[in-house]
Amino acid sequence: MTAETVTPTAPADERVAAKSRMAKLLGRPEIGALVGAVALFAFFSVVAPVFLQPGSIATVLYGASTIGIMAVGVSLLMIGGEFDLSTGVAVISSALMASLFSWYFSMNVWVGVALALVLSLTVGFINGWILVKTKLPSFIVTLATFLMLTGLNLGLTRAIGGSVSSPSISDMDGFDSAKAVFASSLTLGGVEVRITVFIWIALVAVASWILLRTRVGNWIFASGGDAYAARAVGVPVVKTKIGLFMGVGFCAWILGMHNLFAFSTVQSGEGIGNEFLYIIAAVIGGCLLTGGYGSAIGGAIGAFIFGMANKGIVYAEWNPDWFKFFLGLMLLLATMVNMVVKRRAEQS
Amino acid sequence: MDSTKSQAGGGADTAPPPHLLRLDKVGKHYGNVIALHDVTMDVEAGRVTCVLGDNGAGKSTLIKIIAGLHPHDEGTFTALGEERRFTSPRSALDLGIAAVYQDLAVVSLMPVWRNFFLGSELTTGSGPFRRLDVARMKEITKRELQEMGIDLRDVEQPVGQLSGGERQCVAIARAVYFGAKVLILDEPTAALGVKQSGVVLRYILQARDRGLGVVFITHNPHHAYPVGDRFLLLKRGRSIGYYKKSDVTLDQLTAQMAGGAELEELAQELEAMGSHSEVVAEVEAEVGATLRD
Repeated sequence: MTAETVTPTAPADERVAAKSRMAKLLGRPEIGALVGAVALFAFFSVVAPVFLQPGSIATVLYGASTIGIMAVGVSLLMIGGEFDLSTGVAVISSALMASLFSWYFSMNVWVGVALALVLSLTVGFINGWILVKTKLPSFIVTLATFLMLTGLNLGLTRAIGGSVSSPSISDMDGFDSAKAVFASSLTLGGVEVRITVFIWIALVAVASWILLRTRVGNWIFASGGDAYAARAVGVPVVKTKIGLFMGVGFCAWILGMHNLFAFSTVQSGEGIGNEFLYIIAAVIGGCLLTGGYGSAIGGAIGAFIFGMANKGIVYAEWNPDWFKFFLGLMLLLATMVNMVVKRRAEQS
Repeated sequence: MDSTKSQAGGGADTAPPPHLLRLDKVGKHYGNVIALHDVTMDVEAGRVTCVLGDNGAGKSTLIKIIAGLHPHDEGTFTALGEERRFTSPRSALDLGIAAVYQDLAVVSLMPVWRNFFLGSELTTGSGPFRRLDVARMKEITKRELQEMGIDLRDVEQPVGQLSGGERQCVAIARAVYFGAKVLILDEPTAALGVKQSGVVLRYILQARDRGLGVVFITHNPHHAYPVGDRFLLLKRGRSIGYYKKSDVTLDQLTAQMAGGAELEELAQELEAMGSHSEVVAEVEAEVGATLRD
């Protein structure tokens, strides 16, 4: 084998080296998204100068963070080879759990917050457990969870609170402290930045650390890349996958608590369709639908692109009706770029 | 491993080395399909046991039992002196039984070093700061592969970029490094060209000389005979012969595997179709070898 690598003449060797450097750069999962994000940022800076004002950037970041927090869990799950269609309504389920429980029993809202966390982790666990036990595709399992949670959200909210939205909990014990944790703003250089932006950045940092620098991270890549091979070398694939679904549950809890304490009431029919936004952010960020490849930072860039496009259209004073069209186009382009990247990584 | 190293070198039949694995009348069925029945074989330190058979002969089932992917349901399976019935690959791995599979030895999108340590990652620090010892893992991977004769420019490149032979060798080097006592190789040469096959066969001998018991599964007697010490022949889930190297020739192995009568039929068929005379002569020679048995 050494003979094979030596035989080419010197100039040929140089070409090989140059190509592999290029492949290495293109091999980064988030490179496509990064180029897209920079292009989009430059574009909106030119067509809508107001876009560059600190206040606008804070607004864009807030929009991005509400997608990005979920995209962290969803990205890791997709790298682990699965995806989750129940995330959009799971966020609302978590918020409803906290608000309805606290309201019905007139308890400190923090009790509801804790129970909501238990519920969110349990939903994640059940998703993962059914998936590994039945070996059904995650599309079917989480579609079922999505429908069931949608029904439960509407049915229980009306049964307990008597309305389609949960009763306001703004005057209850513990509301102010919970709002400070989940839905406050911090002033940074004269600009109000929502706390979700910082939570989002912290989650991305922790997820990147787990993914790249811990054993669990190695297992996530392996479970998604080739679950059979991973199991054969002793990776606990079942635990890894269940854990990833629970991680998504944790993110849904954080976002659910933000929604609840930002508005003090929750619409029980909300959240439907948001699961696709999280998946889109992860895919634009370079996570492969088939698993085994991607990054947490990629998902964050995907969410940032979403935030920029969403608010940028408003700042540019365009008709926001066109937004979904551009989102679809970006998704298509991103997946095509990812396909090329994967092929290069596998065999270049 | 040190105790077995002294017996390395193969060859000499004096003072039989200890059995690492012994299968006695082992069988396995999936529902009402009998995948394996009444198979007896053993694996010794510093020896290569070859398992030969055509497609569907039960070779894969046999390794799945030894590697702990599926438990057997007939006969006894002894590993390191104790009767066992593995329920997961982890329990086999903990005993030092490592399998290298034909196409799922590695996760192709992951870097070489991550694959090398997959499932047995080295860490440093403690508590929430326990993290992968990336530098050490990369260094060990590079060194171990170099000892196997593979010089990689970059252990960060995805395994999918390596050639088939190199990928097999990464998996073999990994098993050897993690103190495997028994190395199971599932058709390591099946998808390789002549040169790459030769490289893999050399690593089999290297693993043997390090004192490992090697189980080499293949359908190619020409690959098995030069490196093997014992030969188990499987056909349709049953054992049709278990030989020491001294008791069997390459021609006999080939003939037994193909089945004399079937070969004769094939020769006639080829002749009837007006096939090239050299091919027919070759098949007829094989038939002759069978009849001499």
